[in-house]
Amino acid sequence: MNAPINIAGLLKKTKDVFNFHGGVRLPEHKAQSNQLPIGQLPLPDQLVLPLRQHIGIMPKVRVAVGDHVLKGQLIAEAEGSVSAAIHAPTSGTIAAIADAVLPHPSGLPDRCITITPDGNDTWIERHPQDWRKGDVNTLVNSLRLSGIVGLGGAAFPTQIKLRSTRSPIHTLVINAAECEPYITCDDMLMRERYDQVVHGIEVAQRLLAAKNIMIGIEDNKPEAIKAMQAAVENTGIQVKVVPTVYPSGDARRLVYLVLGKEVPQNKRSTEFGVQVFNVATVLALYRYFEFGEPAISRIVSMTGNVNQAQNFEVLFGTPLRHLVKAAGGAKADTSHYIMGGPMMGFNLPSEDVPITKSANCIIAASSTLFEPPPPSMPCIRCSRCADACPVSLQPQELYWFAKSDNFEKAQDYNLFDCIECGACSYVCPSDIPLVQYYRYAKSEVIALDKAQEAADLARERNEFRLARIEREKQERTAKHAARAQGAKVAKAAGNSGSKPAATDKQAAIAAAIARAKVQKETDSAAPKNTTEMSAATKAEIAETDSRRVAAGLTEEKSPAADGDKQAKIVAAIARAKAQKADVSKMSVSGDDKTTKPVVDADKQAKIDAAIKQAKVAKAEAGKEKTSGNNDGQLMVDAEKQAKIDAAIKRAKAAKFAALTAKNKEDN
Amino acid sequence: MNRSPHITNAPSVSSIMLKVLLALLPGIFVYAWLYGGGILITLVLATATALGTEALMLKLRRRPVQPFLSDYSAVITAWLLALAIPPLAPWWLIVVGVAFAIIVAKQLYGGLGYNPFNPAMVGYAVLLISFPVIMTKWPAALSFAETKLSFMDQFHYIFSHALPANISMDAVTSATPLDYLKTQLKLNQSMDAIQVAPIFGVFGAKGSEFVALAYLAGGAFLWQQRIITWHLPTAFLGAIAAMAGLFWMIDPSQFANPVFHLFSGASIFAAFFILTDPISGPTTPKGKLYFAAGAGVITYLVRVYGGYPDGVAFAVIFMNICVPLIDMYTQPRVFGHKK
Amino acid sequence: MLTALYIMLGLALLLGAVLGYAALKFKVEGDPLIARIDAILPQTQCGQCSYPGCKPYATAIANGEADINQCPPGGDEGVHALADLLGVEYKPLNEEHGETKPKAVAFIEEDVCIGCTLCIQACPVDAILGAAKHMHTIVASECTGCELCVAPCPVDCITMEPIEETPENWKWKYPIIPIKSEIKL
Repeated sequence: MNAPINIAGLLKKTKDVFNFHGGVRLPEHKAQSNQLPIGQLPLPDQLVLPLRQHIGIMPKVRVAVGDHVLKGQLIAEAEGSVSAAIHAPTSGTIAAIADAVLPHPSGLPDRCITITPDGNDTWIERHPQDWRKGDVNTLVNSLRLSGIVGLGGAAFPTQIKLRSTRSPIHTLVINAAECEPYITCDDMLMRERYDQVVHGIEVAQRLLAAKNIMIGIEDNKPEAIKAMQAAVENTGIQVKVVPTVYPSGDARRLVYLVLGKEVPQNKRSTEFGVQVFNVATVLALYRYFEFGEPAISRIVSMTGNVNQAQNFEVLFGTPLRHLVKAAGGAKADTSHYIMGGPMMGFNLPSEDVPITKSANCIIAASSTLFEPPPPSMPCIRCSRCADACPVSLQPQELYWFAKSDNFEKAQDYNLFDCIECGACSYVCPSDIPLVQYYRYAKSEVIALDKAQEAADLARERNEFRLARIEREKQERTAKHAARAQGAKVAKAAGNSGSKPAATDKQAAIAAAIARAKVQKETDSAAPKNTTEMSAATKAEIAETDSRRVAAGLTEEKSPAADGDKQAKIVAAIARAKAQKADVSKMSVSGDDKTTKPVVDADKQAKIDAAIKQAKVAKAEAGKEKTSGNNDGQLMVDAEKQAKIDAAIKRAKAAKFAALTAKNKEDN
Repeated sequence: MNRSPHITNAPSVSSIMLKVLLALLPGIFVYAWLYGGGILITLVLATATALGTEALMLKLRRRPVQPFLSDYSAVITAWLLALAIPPLAPWWLIVVGVAFAIIVAKQLYGGLGYNPFNPAMVGYAVLLISFPVIMTKWPAALSFAETKLSFMDQFHYIFSHALPANISMDAVTSATPLDYLKTQLKLNQSMDAIQVAPIFGVFGAKGSEFVALAYLAGGAFLWQQRIITWHLPTAFLGAIAAMAGLFWMIDPSQFANPVFHLFSGASIFAAFFILTDPISGPTTPKGKLYFAAGAGVITYLVRVYGGYPDGVAFAVIFMNICVPLIDMYTQPRVFGHKK
Repeated sequence: MLTALYIMLGLALLLGAVLGYAALKFKVEGDPLIARIDAILPQTQCGQCSYPGCKPYATAIANGEADINQCPPGGDEGVHALADLLGVEYKPLNEEHGETKPKAVAFIEEDVCIGCTLCIQACPVDAILGAAKHMHTIVASECTGCELCVAPCPVDCITMEPIEETPENWKWKYPIIPIKSEIKL
């Protein structure tokens, strides 16, 4: 895809696979490590098992420091649904449960369980299961205790992929492409353990009830192809040979190659009825069900700048040092180690990292093997990257946007569809590290989304808090208002300035109720609209009255009644005056609009009068209190005055009675 | 820093540019053989000016000078412009043109990778509009010129504007076939009468048709080396051929045949070397087709109806303006997406 | 001459009508300005902008009473985003309102805490759990790092702990690459 056009090659016919757009042909370097059979390692001094070896939630530790564990014993239990267990790869003692350096691009430490092997390699009791006839759901659920994760590099807990999905799986694709240079672990696995691989495929087929099964192998592995073709005879499994183009080993690319179905990045292939497993993962499934062996080891290619590159069966947690030694030691000019292939692998922080479930290859790197890249030139928009991209993205546009932090536009150009395969960087004439820009952009977008979520939550919490404070304030003011109203009423009952006792309050309330009743009687009798009468209206009323009298409809009013009426009118006028003057006093609780100003003003007048009385009495008693609450002279009717006095006397009597009662109670 | 992928296998920018220069060599060789060595002087002048002005601008912009000089992109601009202007032009013409192209059209926009317009075409357009007379004085092919100028004569002429005694400019130069065609058509001559004139060769302009063939060979080399794709040359030449064919079929007496249009002027040269400038051109395959087709149509229209004999420069500059829009609307379908 | 005038007038009226119709028909219903400004602000509710929270600051910006560069937790990106939204010039953060600090979360030293609830009352997002005369503790996932609780504490038991980088929240860094500095063919 990047080399000069082979004119002769243009005339060649394409094979019966669907070629995806782009991709690059890479120098393979596979012959270095696939000459020797899979080697076995001696037990290392220590096994360091990180808890974070898979996608999903970290498992829960189930052992303590000092515990003795057997080979295959569960030491960390899967937590939640997307999680995998961890088992002791050999028998020994738990030396530590502490932070240690992870084989991760960040180089940060994380929680690990360290086991010191005792050399006996004693197995725990193993429980094989009948995968040919057993209940599928039970079998799949038991995988939670198996610790099996995808061994192709993604490390996704396998039981999730075997659970029954909404749409049934009709095609199972086994990924044996191994498209990256240097890596030969799957190649050797198929060459030596082809029978177990086929059994593993049968396990997966039974659990998924798939009808079609295909194994995708690149054409640069002729021995493996032959071995697998022989092994799958009479089984209905198809071996599909795909051209050696990087990145044919990407799951979605492989599905397209063998089936012609395009699965977008935001969907799973299961939605199209296809499930993909790595060839080593299905072998692990077979060993778990047939022999009861949980995931404790994998094949790792130790290659690159070592003296004897080879594939080894490595226990999880084996320190890298141990593996390098077994490969004859690294040559003197080795500068660092790369975990994974040369296209997508990352630099390991040191030689003291453990081998984890996702480590398929370790390459010892030197400056001769991997020349340090020349510094980059500006992008010349030659679009070789776009020609190489297997997802048909526009890497040069993504580069412009990621470089200038324009993450919105980068997402418009489908940033998250990028599989970070590195084909674009591989062909860039300006040596721009394109993949680093995309990884940076993706990290930033994810972090920004998280920050936005947190900000939204903080806004909600703040608004709720402000609303709560407002509500509390309102409740408090309402309470105060009620209390203040009650206090004023108590005062009107005629007590001295001291706080009325509960019984006093009751007496005051009783007095107030009595007064209100009286008031109502007089009020209902009084003419309602006599407050604002102009002279003309008055004259008219007088004239009407006289006509009525003359017509004999109403008897002439006695002067006394007249006087009474007069008094009432005067009282009404007084009320009006009081209302006008006491407008401010009326806003005690805020919504006095509903009450009749007339009544309130009158009540207010009475209360004021009562207070005045009380004050006078107090003054007589010797306590001077001049607060002058009442404004002006209110011409209270003599009659009313008498009633008020009576009420006060009653209240006093009641108070006295109550007091004596209380004293009796207390004593 | 973690630098995956850890391996790369890309030709560097300088090696790509060197290959383009290599592809120009056959054309230059035939050109010099037909028209004399004056072109070589122009090329040297142009290269020197380009490198000099680029170094000056990089220093002013406080950028490292050596890496950008050694990527040969300035040299390409210089050669393309030098091959586009008449070889007997005075020395200051090429200097002004290249200086403008490098300083204004390239460095002021940000240098390599940032220029929206093809620098060589910008320089050419500026020269054409500023010095129209000089730009249309092309030498006749030596094989049929009445007088031949030796290399030293050409050298003298370029620098001192002095011709040897008893040789006049008109004897040395002639109008290009396209120019001749335009003027004659305006004078209402018919096509048959025009095409009998000696400046017309077998299928294009006499002499320069072979230069065009040499450029075609260079372009094929670039395609095989994957430095250019087939989209741009095919669409450009196809558009010119289609337009010319259409008009010629309507009225053969007024419009020249498509083969003539394909092999005269700068058609082949532009198709493989001018339009394929990656920085100012589109990046999507479909976009390249639209870009080149648009340029072809405009070139033909300027040739027939415009005020200049050849419209490649203006066509290219105009389509450069449209490139961001073209890129935006011709995004290829992403794997797995519906559209 | 007159016809030209009529034509121009007619064109102007026609285009005006079209634009007016388009302005009504294609009107974009958007959030009120205050909500859009508030969406940009980081919701730390710290008050460093001299307003009692992010919403009041957003309101002040919308009313033209406050400048856009008063929010340190929003940082330079926040000022740029506000400048883009409002169509005003970007200006660097106003030093008077504080400096941008890395995100931190409050932490109460439980040995020292006396259960006075002063910090609970101060927290603008109710991120402190506790009651009078009971132990107080910060709900770290809700803490915005506004530091409003640090001052009221009478025994100075609250510290701000910067958020550590763990494999969970680790981000790829912006690639820094040297520009070519020597000739290489």
